[in-house]
Amino acid sequence: MSTVRRWWRDLSDGLREFYVAPYRRTFARAQREEDDLFTLIVLSEALGVPNPASYYTIELLPLIHERVHEWHTRMGMDRSPLENVACC
Amino acid sequence: MNSLLLAVIGIAMVLGGYFLYSKYLASRVYRLDPEYATPAHTMNDGVDYVPTNKFVLWGHHFTSVAGAAPIVGPAVAVIWGWLPAFLWVTIGTVFFAGMHDMGALWASARNRGQSMGMLSGRYIGARGRSLFLVVIFLLLLMVNAAFATVIKNLLIATPTAVIPTWGAIVVAIVVGQMIYRWRMNLVLTTVLGVVALYALILLGDAVPIELPENSAAPFWLTMLFLYAGVASLLPVHVLLQPRDYINGVQLFIALGILYGAVLIASPAVVAPAVNQNVPEGTPSLVPLLFVTIACGAISGFHGMVSSGTSSKQLDKETDARFVGYFGAVGEGLLALGAIIAATAGFATLANWEETYAEFGNGGVGAFVSGGASIVNAGLGIPDGLSATILATTAILFAATTMDTGVRLSRFVVQEAGDLMGLRVNKIVGTVIAVGVAMGITFSMGAGGEGGLQVIWPLFGTTNQLLASLTLAVIAVILLQRKRNPLPALVPLVFVLIMSVYALIVQLGTFATNGQWLQLVLDVIILVASLWVAFEAAVAMVRAWRGPEVVEDAETAAAPSSAGGTDG
Repeated sequence: MSTVRRWWRDLSDGLREFYVAPYRRTFARAQREEDDLFTLIVLSEALGVPNPASYYTIELLPLIHERVHEWHTRMGMDRSPLENVACC
Repeated sequence: MNSLLLAVIGIAMVLGGYFLYSKYLASRVYRLDPEYATPAHTMNDGVDYVPTNKFVLWGHHFTSVAGAAPIVGPAVAVIWGWLPAFLWVTIGTVFFAGMHDMGALWASARNRGQSMGMLSGRYIGARGRSLFLVVIFLLLLMVNAAFATVIKNLLIATPTAVIPTWGAIVVAIVVGQMIYRWRMNLVLTTVLGVVALYALILLGDAVPIELPENSAAPFWLTMLFLYAGVASLLPVHVLLQPRDYINGVQLFIALGILYGAVLIASPAVVAPAVNQNVPEGTPSLVPLLFVTIACGAISGFHGMVSSGTSSKQLDKETDARFVGYFGAVGEGLLALGAIIAATAGFATLANWEETYAEFGNGGVGAFVSGGASIVNAGLGIPDGLSATILATTAILFAATTMDTGVRLSRFVVQEAGDLMGLRVNKIVGTVIAVGVAMGITFSMGAGGEGGLQVIWPLFGTTNQLLASLTLAVIAVILLQRKRNPLPALVPLVFVLIMSVYALIVQLGTFATNGQWLQLVLDVIILVASLWVAFEAAVAMVRAWRGPEVVEDAETAAAPSSAGGTDG
């Protein structure tokens, strides 16, 4: 019985890999783009763009903090564009 | 000649290639090292670079490279008789495709999993990289026009395939929902998806849909381009991913059915070994055979898959032999199946000659009707139903390729727009990509008449050109490392000569027929070919004269961004 179960699990895993792998990169890229947009919205006040939702997004700043360095380098800026968030 | 014997000889030849030649390549030429840390390990990011079990990786690699092309090419090429096509497929798989696919995998794995575009920049020069982009764009242009014509022909010739063709889109969307939204077990989902697909095939077989003769071709072509345009705009998880998956599973089933039937029925090959009685207007065997069959003998597209995704997932370097070479063997077997179906599935020689009354006429239609009578004889599945199964298989492949092809052409259009300082949005990019492909297709008449015999060899030539670039990169690396370059050099020279020769022959045909658009395309490809030959020669002489290079990219510290950029 356990052999059958293992066989079934192996088959499921193999098929899942077969399903997921070719598109892994596409999804990772899509997620990164969404995260970048989210980061931009959260940082908008700090960047000088008025944000009507800043009352809510300001709470998220500490959560974004870790990602800032990666984000600004990816956006083509060597240094952090934020005066009050220093990262490098 | 008995088709079973032909299949056995063919399988023995390609398996012999796998067990003997690929072993030689692995130990003496590429010197695959089981201890070498592949990019999947050194650069593991859980996204692109993931060490993958070699059987799963082979499954991906094979289903990515196998499509409608290894069916269409051989089915068109048997017009010269079965022997030339058979020899080119088997010898091509062993000495050309196998070494090419395995070499691309190795070259990329030794260079941090970089794509062939990056590698041609590194080993051939900066111009090599731009050349690569030009060839890719031409290939994409051609693939959409050629595959739309293939599907249109099949939908008209096999009206029973209409329902499963369009119904498969719904099946794929539902399968996608079952996996993402309802999180159902994948084994169960797969079984349900395949059952639904075959239920549609049964339904289609009972309810054929025939359109009025003079409006069928333009209608199907327009629908296909419309579909490809819309599908390429949808997020991949909605349609493309489940569709690709079901197609992959279906490929194994269809191959099993076809080879099982040949095994049981073993019909005689009715077509002549070498056709002395070719219809008027058929171009000469040399060089056209070698560009008509690209996929199945050697195809540059494989190098893209090898270096684009497979190399980043290679667990051990020695797996390259199984994944790359055996992937080519799988495709060779598909092409061999197409040859058998298109030559043995006919009652008499007269029937066969009737089907192949004109160059480009037989094609996939012959594969479908021939294959159907073999399946009928072998497995007892009714003739019409077998034809529906085979036609649907071929169409599904071609349609997914069109979807991906339009998507990639859109990226190219957008990138070109960026270079010119124009912002091209998704929709405009798609409209341009589809428009150009439609232009090529309809330039041959409202029904795309004769599209296949014009576009197909051009598509093959471009594909061979891409293969030449990859072979040139491999040859340069081998020369730099002072290893035997002949396994790459001989195929390179052969493929380049045949491509250029074919282009010149076709140039004459286009000029006589007044097909000016095709003439322009031909000239562009010709210039690109000569350019490839020149750049490759320069790079090879430089590598040959240069000192021996032993280190790999890791220690060479090549200044370039990590990861591939294609796709």
